[in-house]
Amino acid sequence: MDMNEIKEIFFQECEEQLAELESGLLKLNDGDRDPETVNAVFRAVHSIKGGAGAFGLDDLVSFAHVFETTLDCVRSNKLEPTQDVLKVMLKSADVLADLTNAARDGGSVDEARSRTLIRELEALAHGEVPTAAEAPAPKPAPKAAAPAPVIEKPPVNDEGFQPIPFSFGDFDEEPAAHYVPTVQVDFKPKKDLYAKGNEAVLLLRDVSRLGEMSVYCDMDSLPPLDKMDPEEAYFSWKISVTTDRGEDGVRSVFEFAEWDCDLDIRTIEEDVVGEVTDDEELPMQPVPFDLSMLDESGSAAGGEDEPAVVESDAAAAVAAAETATKVSQAAGRAAENAKAAASAASAAQASQTAAGQTIRVDLDRVDRLINLVGELVINQAMLSQSVVENDTNGTSSINMGLEELQQLTREIQDSVMAIRAQPVKPVFQRMARTVREIADITGKSVRLITEGENTEVDKTVIDKLAEPLTHMIRNAVDHGLEMPEKREALGKNPEGTVRLTAKHRSGRIVIELADDGAGINREKVRQKAIDNDLIAADANLSDEEIDNLIFHAGFSTADKVSDLSGRGVGMDVVKRSIQALGGRISISSKPGQGSVFTMSLPLTLAVLDGMVVTVAGQTLVVPLTAIVETLQPEAPAIHSFGASQRLISIRNSFCPLVDVGRILNFRATQANPIEGVALLVESEGGGQRALMVDAIQGQRQVVIKSLEANYTHVPGIAAATILGDGRVALILDVDAVVAASRGQSLKQDISLAATG
Amino acid sequence: MKKKVLTVDDSRTIRNMLLVTLNNAGFETIQAEDGVEGLEVLENANPDVIVTDINMPRLDGFGFIEGVRRNEKYRAIPILVLTTESDAEKKNRARQAGATGWIVKPFDPTKLIDAIERVTA
Repeated sequence: MDMNEIKEIFFQECEEQLAELESGLLKLNDGDRDPETVNAVFRAVHSIKGGAGAFGLDDLVSFAHVFETTLDCVRSNKLEPTQDVLKVMLKSADVLADLTNAARDGGSVDEARSRTLIRELEALAHGEVPTAAEAPAPKPAPKAAAPAPVIEKPPVNDEGFQPIPFSFGDFDEEPAAHYVPTVQVDFKPKKDLYAKGNEAVLLLRDVSRLGEMSVYCDMDSLPPLDKMDPEEAYFSWKISVTTDRGEDGVRSVFEFAEWDCDLDIRTIEEDVVGEVTDDEELPMQPVPFDLSMLDESGSAAGGEDEPAVVESDAAAAVAAAETATKVSQAAGRAAENAKAAASAASAAQASQTAAGQTIRVDLDRVDRLINLVGELVINQAMLSQSVVENDTNGTSSINMGLEELQQLTREIQDSVMAIRAQPVKPVFQRMARTVREIADITGKSVRLITEGENTEVDKTVIDKLAEPLTHMIRNAVDHGLEMPEKREALGKNPEGTVRLTAKHRSGRIVIELADDGAGINREKVRQKAIDNDLIAADANLSDEEIDNLIFHAGFSTADKVSDLSGRGVGMDVVKRSIQALGGRISISSKPGQGSVFTMSLPLTLAVLDGMVVTVAGQTLVVPLTAIVETLQPEAPAIHSFGASQRLISIRNSFCPLVDVGRILNFRATQANPIEGVALLVESEGGGQRALMVDAIQGQRQVVIKSLEANYTHVPGIAAATILGDGRVALILDVDAVVAASRGQSLKQDISLAATG
Repeated sequence: MKKKVLTVDDSRTIRNMLLVTLNNAGFETIQAEDGVEGLEVLENANPDVIVTDINMPRLDGFGFIEGVRRNEKYRAIPILVLTTESDAEKKNRARQAGATGWIVKPFDPTKLIDAIERVTA
């Protein structure tokens, strides 16, 4: 793995963290005060900052740092996460996302915006935190034109808490050729030093690496063995080391240990060294300091630099000293060593479990797999068909094998589809941001409620869902919701609510977007439609028909064009992109109570279960999900209605009969219902219709081949497929056909087809 | 014999960076994603040194360090705290919990290795 791969992982992780961040902030916004929620939010920003630092993404680091500091105030209860505070934080989360994207894909961010937010965040952190105890964040200067990277610097006044200035080889101080100071160290470890995993002998080793060292061990306080506490610290050392790194160099060795020992470090004159060590400290015994045991390879310089003077009678003392200092560790490690062999295997196992239960796969690979499985399904269908055609008795083992093959293919296909299925959560979360932004621009107060975020749908559908959804949300807030004052005057909650819901319904995903705004102003819509020559001035339209006018091209009812409108995107585009996904959109609106947009989309764009039917000599596929039942109409059940309409009576209720061949212009005259088959379908707009087809060939799983991608949108046709015999069949868009049968939409679709 | 390092960090990015850095430096590396897992892994891993993050879900670095220090078998293992925290208060807490030393993220590979060398024989 190289750094680029890790960077890739970092950005993936960022996305997850950003999602976590946003959902956490939203929870806080809803009044959740669980410390774990705050922690999770903090961790998300913290992680992004940590990773960004590793890759030198300074913009990201400095923003994350300010954000983190403010979040830390919330975490330590110094800052109450009020709605106002969270508003700033949610915006900051958006900017953090922008910065992350900019770091990954290049491009720029709105610098003014991030500068403003940095200021707001800092104000929150400082203004509302009276205690100075909170180490004020090193302020990353707002980045304007100055490209100088602003990276947080470790605070200098941290009681010497310097982050590892320690390094053996890379000191670049003035080469002190003429004068090398000698440093005297009095070092008396406390019990805690060992308890925290520090080790006197290692510290002495490190000191010895700095230069010429002599060391004396004071063992006076060592009690008799039977009174000895193996975990107590009994020894102290006097060290003198001649090093060109001076006092600071020596001090840095004790960086980790200085709280847990009595430490006195001072520079002394050359001749004083002798005095101190030889004359003053009479009870001290010079201790030879053999570090070779620490250097397994023996290659380290430590051993060679040792003082050569060794008093032979001190050898025993050395052994005692080292034993004592190592007692605590030895005691602990003896037990471990016994298990060492067994542990290696289980450690490997443990780390394997740690790797987690998911794998990340390149999307291209999955797509390729899906394509192949699609071909496999077609191939299997063709194979079955040709076997059936050539095998008259139908009981051969080939047939049985084929059936199994069909089942396996089916299972493979389902499994592959499951790989692509993703919860709609990410898209929904993006909408939260959209709502915030628009609420900001329009000055409205909006609350977004999402439900069914974990509803899964094919990734392609999710990807293509974001754009129409964004637009609809914009509309809902911009056009749908009233201004807070007006809402208040109407006795509504000044804060408007937009509800986004996803759920599975009969093999499709249904997404609902509801607002509690003013609803469609039908008078206005009607007038506008007349003005735009969409309808005749005297047209007699039902409420539903008027509502549906907003899906016409170039329709906007806002009195003035706001920042959000004027993008040239209307509901007609939304409708078309939903249709392109094989979906349907409908609206229901109640004046004064708001509007509900309902979108129904297929779960996958790759396959569908279909009923293969014949209509006027053409082979069509009707999605099975739409079909409620099939029936053979009998003459007494057919009733004429108006000029050309017919109804069929099914179990004492009437249902309009839709002649598919007629609607699709496969034939000029109406077919005789008695000679065909009726498919009872349920359409999105509600209500049942009986589709008339000539005959049913069978039920089959078909691989969807998009018509839009290869040809163009055809009204009434959702897509195409390749059948087992290699023929191309069209997949019926049931909802479009049903809508067309109502008359009004038919014209619209046909005119659309004519222009398209 | 290779020295064995147990790293505990919830960030996949940092875990991978640690893994690459430590493996390149000739260490054997075992990884855990949070304090709870760290303590579980510890039972069988028998590392020479532990490198841990502070901010983690389930069990944070402080709790993890305390857990290690309470463990009769493993309490003497040196623990380095790897964290972006630069303020003294948090380092102090880590130290009180029983951390041996610390490394500030973003870490420089040589400094990480130096710090590990420093606390291990």
